[in-house]
Amino acid sequence: MNGPVLLLPFIPLLPLAGFLFNGLLGRRLPRGLVSLVALAAPLASFLIVLHAAYLVWSGSLPLPIGGQDAPVWIATGALHVDIGFVLDPLSLVMLLVVTGVGLLIHIYSVGYMAEDESYARYFSYLNLFLFFMTVLVLAGNALVMFVGWEGVGLASYLLIGFWFQKTSAADAGKKAFIVNRIGDVGFLIGMFLLLANFGTLTFTEIGAKLAANPAWQGGVLSATALCLLLGATGKSAQLPLYIWLPDAMEGPTPVSALIHAATMVTAGVYMIARTHVLFDHSTFALSVVAVIGAATALFAATIGLVQNDIKRVLAYSTISQLGYMFLGCGVAAYSAAIFHLMTHAFFKALLFLAAGSVIHSIGGEQDLRKMGGLWNKLPVTFAVTTVGVLAIAGFFPFAGFFSKDAILYAAFLQGAQGKVLWFVGLVTALLTSFYMFRLWYLAFLGKPRSAHAHPHEGPASMLVPLVILALLSICGGWIGIERFAGFLTPSVGARATDAGSAHLELMLSIVAVAVAALGWFVAHLLYQQKPDRPAQLAAAMPASYKLLSNKYYVDEFYGATVVKPLFAISTYVLGWVVEKALLGGAAWLLGGTATFSGAILQRWQSGNLRSYAAWLAAGAGAVLLFIVIPWSTVLGSLFGIHINAAGH
Amino acid sequence: MNSFLAQEVSIAWYLLLSAVLFSLGVLGFLIKRNLITIFMSIELMLNAVNLSFVTFAHQWHAVKGQIFVFFVMMVAAAEAAVGLAIIIAVFRARATLAVDRIDLMKL
Repeated sequence: MNGPVLLLPFIPLLPLAGFLFNGLLGRRLPRGLVSLVALAAPLASFLIVLHAAYLVWSGSLPLPIGGQDAPVWIATGALHVDIGFVLDPLSLVMLLVVTGVGLLIHIYSVGYMAEDESYARYFSYLNLFLFFMTVLVLAGNALVMFVGWEGVGLASYLLIGFWFQKTSAADAGKKAFIVNRIGDVGFLIGMFLLLANFGTLTFTEIGAKLAANPAWQGGVLSATALCLLLGATGKSAQLPLYIWLPDAMEGPTPVSALIHAATMVTAGVYMIARTHVLFDHSTFALSVVAVIGAATALFAATIGLVQNDIKRVLAYSTISQLGYMFLGCGVAAYSAAIFHLMTHAFFKALLFLAAGSVIHSIGGEQDLRKMGGLWNKLPVTFAVTTVGVLAIAGFFPFAGFFSKDAILYAAFLQGAQGKVLWFVGLVTALLTSFYMFRLWYLAFLGKPRSAHAHPHEGPASMLVPLVILALLSICGGWIGIERFAGFLTPSVGARATDAGSAHLELMLSIVAVAVAALGWFVAHLLYQQKPDRPAQLAAAMPASYKLLSNKYYVDEFYGATVVKPLFAISTYVLGWVVEKALLGGAAWLLGGTATFSGAILQRWQSGNLRSYAAWLAAGAGAVLLFIVIPWSTVLGSLFGIHINAAGH
Repeated sequence: MNSFLAQEVSIAWYLLLSAVLFSLGVLGFLIKRNLITIFMSIELMLNAVNLSFVTFAHQWHAVKGQIFVFFVMMVAAAEAAVGLAIIIAVFRARATLAVDRIDLMKL
C-alpha cells in the first residue's frame, strides 16, 4: 500500500531531474547522453504511472491515494496549504495521457531535432514541461495546481520561442504568455473566492463541504466558477482568449503536438473537471461553459476551413476540439469531456507529428498549397495521417467517434438548450471533417504543386511514435464511454443517461457519421475532382472568404480595443507623465541638489594642508565653546529663554 | 629654598603650561609653511598633551595616565619615522617643502 504513495512524487521529480541535468550540463555533453537522460525521465515516470494503473486495474490499489500527511507548505492563520499529491481515477487517466504521449513525443523529438544546435536546451525544456504538467495533474489543492499551471505556461513560452532568433517566434511566445496572464488572473481570483468561502483550497474538502450543503446554489459559487472558467479559457484557448494558440505554432512541431494539442491546452478542461462540484452547484456557470465551448468549436472550425498553413489548420482544429470538451463539461458530462480529451490527445498528437514529418521531409515547407502528391513518397506518414483524419472526423470505429458521440449525446439530453448545442456540435463535426480531408487531399493526393528535392521518411525514432499513436487513435475509444465513465465516477460523478434511449444514442451516432461522410464528400468534390473550384468559390464570396481568411479580424479587433489603448496609456500617461515628468523630474531634482551642493562643498577641499588644519582647529574651537559656554544662563539672561537643565 | 621645594606647585600651573605649549603647537601648525616646522609643531602638541596626562596622573594618583604617556611617545616615535620618510620623499619629488605648493590632493 505504501509503495505507490511513496512513488507518487517521483512522477514529477524525475523529469525535473532530467531538466536540471540537461539544462545545466547538457551543452557540454554528447548528444547520445543528453537523449538518454531526456528519454529516461519520462520513461521512468510513465512506468510508475503504468504500474499504478496496473495495480488499480487488478484491484489491489483502491483509489484515491495520497493527500494525507502531506508536507505543509503554508500554515498561517486561516490559510493552510500542503504539498499534496493525489492519485484518483481522473488524475490517473490524465497522467497516463501526459506521460504516455509525452514519452512518445520525446522519442519523436530525438529524430526531429537531431540537427538543431540547441538540442540539450530543447530537451531540458521538454522535461521541465513534463515536471510542471504532472504537478498540475497530481495536485490535491488549487494552489499546487496553480504552480503547475504557471509552470506549464512558462515551459510553453520557452518552447514557443525556442527559435528566438526569429522575431515572429519570440513575439508568439510573448503573446501566449501575456494572453494566458489574463486567464491566470481569473484563476487567482477564483482561488481567493474559494479560500474566502470554504476556508480551504483542497479539492476533496471543498467537495465535502458542498455535498453537505446541497441547497447552496449559484451566487458566490457562480462567481467562483466563472473566475476559474476565465482561467480555463486562457489555458485551453477558448473564446475570447484563444488568440495565442494559432501563433504558438511558431514552436518546433513536436512541441505543438505535446503542449499545444495533446496535454497543456487540455489543462483547462482538466481543471473544470477537477472543480466540477462548483460548476454542478451553478447552472448558470455550466451554461456559460457549454455556450463558450460550442461557440468556440464552431468559430474555430470556420476559420480552419480556409487556412493554408498545415500547422495552423491543426491549431484551429485543436481549438475547435477543445470547444467540444468544454461543451461536454458544460452539459455536466465530465467523463465524456475527459474521454474526448484522451482520444484527442492521441489523434491530435498523431496529426501534428505527421505534419511535422511532412514538414521535415520537404525542407521546412508548411504551406499546403505547395505540397501535394506526397502519398507515395511518405507512405507511413500518409497511412498514419489517414488514421488521424478519420479519427478526428469521427468515423466508426476510430477513437474520435466514441468520444465525440458521447459529448453530443450528453448535450442532446439537456433539453432545448442542449438541442441547440448539439446542432452546433454537429455542424462543427461537418466542418471538421471537411477541413481535415481538405488538408489530407492538399498535402498527400493530387499532383505535386512544387518541386521538393527527394521527400523522404524520417528516421525510426520518428516513425515508431507515429505508428503507436496511430494504433491508439484506432483503439483508444474501444473502451467505451460506459466503462470509462464508470471508472471516473468517483472523481467526476456518474454519467447522466436517459433510460431506454439506446436507440436514440445509435441514431445520433449514425447522424454524426453521416455528417462526417458528407464533409469528406464535399472535400473530395472540391479538392480532388475539381481542384480549381475552391478558388472560384472564394472569388464568388469575397466578403466571407476575406472574413474567414483574416480570422474574423479578432486579432485586429483586440489590437484596436486592448493593445492600442494600452500602448497609448503606457506611452503618454505612464511614459510621459509618470516616467518622464514625475519620476524623471524627481530624479533630476535629487541629482541636481547633490551636484549643486557638491559644487559648493568642493571648494573646501583645496588640497591646502593649512586650510584643512585651520578648519580642524576652528571646528575643535567651536566644539569647545559649545561645551564650555553655559547656554541656559546665557540664553536666559539674553532672551529670557529657559532650557530645561536636564537637556545639558 | 627648602620651603619652595616643600611647597607643591599648584596643578593649575602645569595645566596652564600644557595649554600654552599646545596653543603654540597649533599656532605653529597653522602659520608655518615649512613642512618640517609643521612636523615639529605636531610633536609640541603631543608633548603638551603628555604633560597634562602626567599632571592628572599625579593629581589623582592614577598610574593609567603615565602609561598613556608611554603609548603616546611610542606612537610619536613611529610617526616621526614615517613622517620624516614622507617629508624626504616629498622633497625629492617636488624639491620644496612649502606646504602651499604641495596641494595636488584637491578636486
